[in-house]
Amino acid sequence: MTIPILEGRDLRVTYGDATALVVPSVEVADKEVLALIGPNGAGKSTLLRVLGLLERPASGTVRFRGAPVPWGGRETLTIRRRFACVFQEPLLCDGSVETNVALGLRLHHRSSGETATQVRVWLERLGITHLASRRARTLSGGEAQRTSLARAFALRPDVLLLDEPFAALDPPTRAELLGQLQDLLRHEACTTVFVTHDREEAMRLGDRVAVLVDGRVRQVGTPAEVFGRPVSEDVARFVGMETILPGRVLASQDGLLTVDVEGTPITALGKAGVDEPVFVGLRPEDVTLRPRDGRAVSDSARNRLEGCVAAAVRLEAQYRVEISCGPRLVALVTKQSFEELDLVPGRQVLATFKASAVHLIRR
Amino acid sequence: MELIWQGVLEALRLILSGDPGVLRITWLSIQISGVATLLSLVAGIPAGVGLALARFPGRGLLVALVNTGMGLPPVVVGLFVSIFLWRSGPLGTLELLYTPAAIVIAQFVIAAPIVTGLTIAAMQQLNPKLRLQFMGLGASRGQVLWLLMREARLPLLAAVMAGFGGVISEVGASMMVGGNLLGQTRVLTTATVLETGKGNFDIAIALSVILLALVFGVTYLLTWIQQRGRTS
Repeated sequence: MTIPILEGRDLRVTYGDATALVVPSVEVADKEVLALIGPNGAGKSTLLRVLGLLERPASGTVRFRGAPVPWGGRETLTIRRRFACVFQEPLLCDGSVETNVALGLRLHHRSSGETATQVRVWLERLGITHLASRRARTLSGGEAQRTSLARAFALRPDVLLLDEPFAALDPPTRAELLGQLQDLLRHEACTTVFVTHDREEAMRLGDRVAVLVDGRVRQVGTPAEVFGRPVSEDVARFVGMETILPGRVLASQDGLLTVDVEGTPITALGKAGVDEPVFVGLRPEDVTLRPRDGRAVSDSARNRLEGCVAAAVRLEAQYRVEISCGPRLVALVTKQSFEELDLVPGRQVLATFKASAVHLIRR
Repeated sequence: MELIWQGVLEALRLILSGDPGVLRITWLSIQISGVATLLSLVAGIPAGVGLALARFPGRGLLVALVNTGMGLPPVVVGLFVSIFLWRSGPLGTLELLYTPAAIVIAQFVIAAPIVTGLTIAAMQQLNPKLRLQFMGLGASRGQVLWLLMREARLPLLAAVMAGFGGVISEVGASMMVGGNLLGQTRVLTTATVLETGKGNFDIAIALSVILLALVFGVTYLLTWIQQRGRTS
């Protein structure tokens, strides 16, 4: 088995009496992108700082290429110089863009020839060569973050640590920079720990995803595993399952389960024992709405629940509609469907979803 | 008005003719206040950086003491330095009272809290995450401190200006611990007090004009360096 490039063992971070982070084990394999996701205050950035040797944990060990890293002293600095960090704020120095990109190289005492070459290469790769002599404080948010990324990449680090680098950017700049970073990471094959609370960023960049909730790693796996099969209620909630209802398995037959949710039988695919308490998870995009008084339409959806619209909220291009049908479901519908069905509160509707769309989580 | 006008004319004559007495007093003032400011920078900047960045029990109290020290009345400083340097005082054996060194000590006590306090403020106005960012780029502890001070250089220059301005213009402490001895401890401020008392307004005005020009010159130079850093 190959040794992970970076590992955390029995990490514990405390602030006063409060425990901010408890991580028995976390590993970052060579050349992989590990996305740390979770809600605000989950401990993602704390874990990143500990792994990046920027914050000393109350207890536990960080290992680099299999060897435990001592805290303090020259050896820690030597290893820290194998890493490079980019934070949410670009945190540039007063000076030109060029000077900023060169900063890390100068701190590492690299030769002026190498510094000039790396600066030129990374200004070009981040598309900011034309800004080289611009004063860093006059840059836009996107330009500043490109400078910050160039500064980190120019060090050619063994591990790149990114702490929500796009969180403060406007959506178009964020989308552009995300695509660019994805290309750079693929091309450079640079081991990366990427902190984000954005699911899309984690899915696009992460080879593996670790979900942190309340200072603990709740699930680690490929994006498909974590987003498709969350193992707990809080992970499910974070990965976008808006409907999570407690239920109890009533029957199991031919791989189909019938789960009682607040008196309503729901059919699901999966394995669970009869009488077992479970959570039923549903993504809002998997719930379809039809008019209740319309013509009967036959489809393959096993679950058909009658109910009425409880609330509707306009999102960017869709509506988020809450349906009260015994249990309360959340559905996402397009603006056109919302208008056609006239989904005002109180409107009677039929909510349908497939048994395969139901995600069962053990309680 | 006639008195002032005559005074200004006499002042110009004294300055332009290079009156040796006036030049000696001016040079001594520059030396004493320059050394006192330099010492206050050597002690105050590291102390200010430390108090701004470190976290330890009693730090809040120390910062409050420094801030109080920024408003120390020079006569109080003069009194306590006199007591310490008095022949029977704790440092009496050094025989420093009524010497330029005594004025340097008093001015250092006045300037050090000003430099320290303004250094704390200068460092604390930096983004606290900057330190983490520098470390995250592989900076050693020394490099982090140097970079942070470089980022705070504009307000740090203001600390230098305030420190020098504070000591070159104070009179109470210099008078008390220096004794205003001609050729030994007579500086611009103490000489101005003396000449005013004697009714020699022309000389007093000349000394005041030199003092103002000195403060303006040094402040202008530092402001120029500061603003050049801001706009280049």
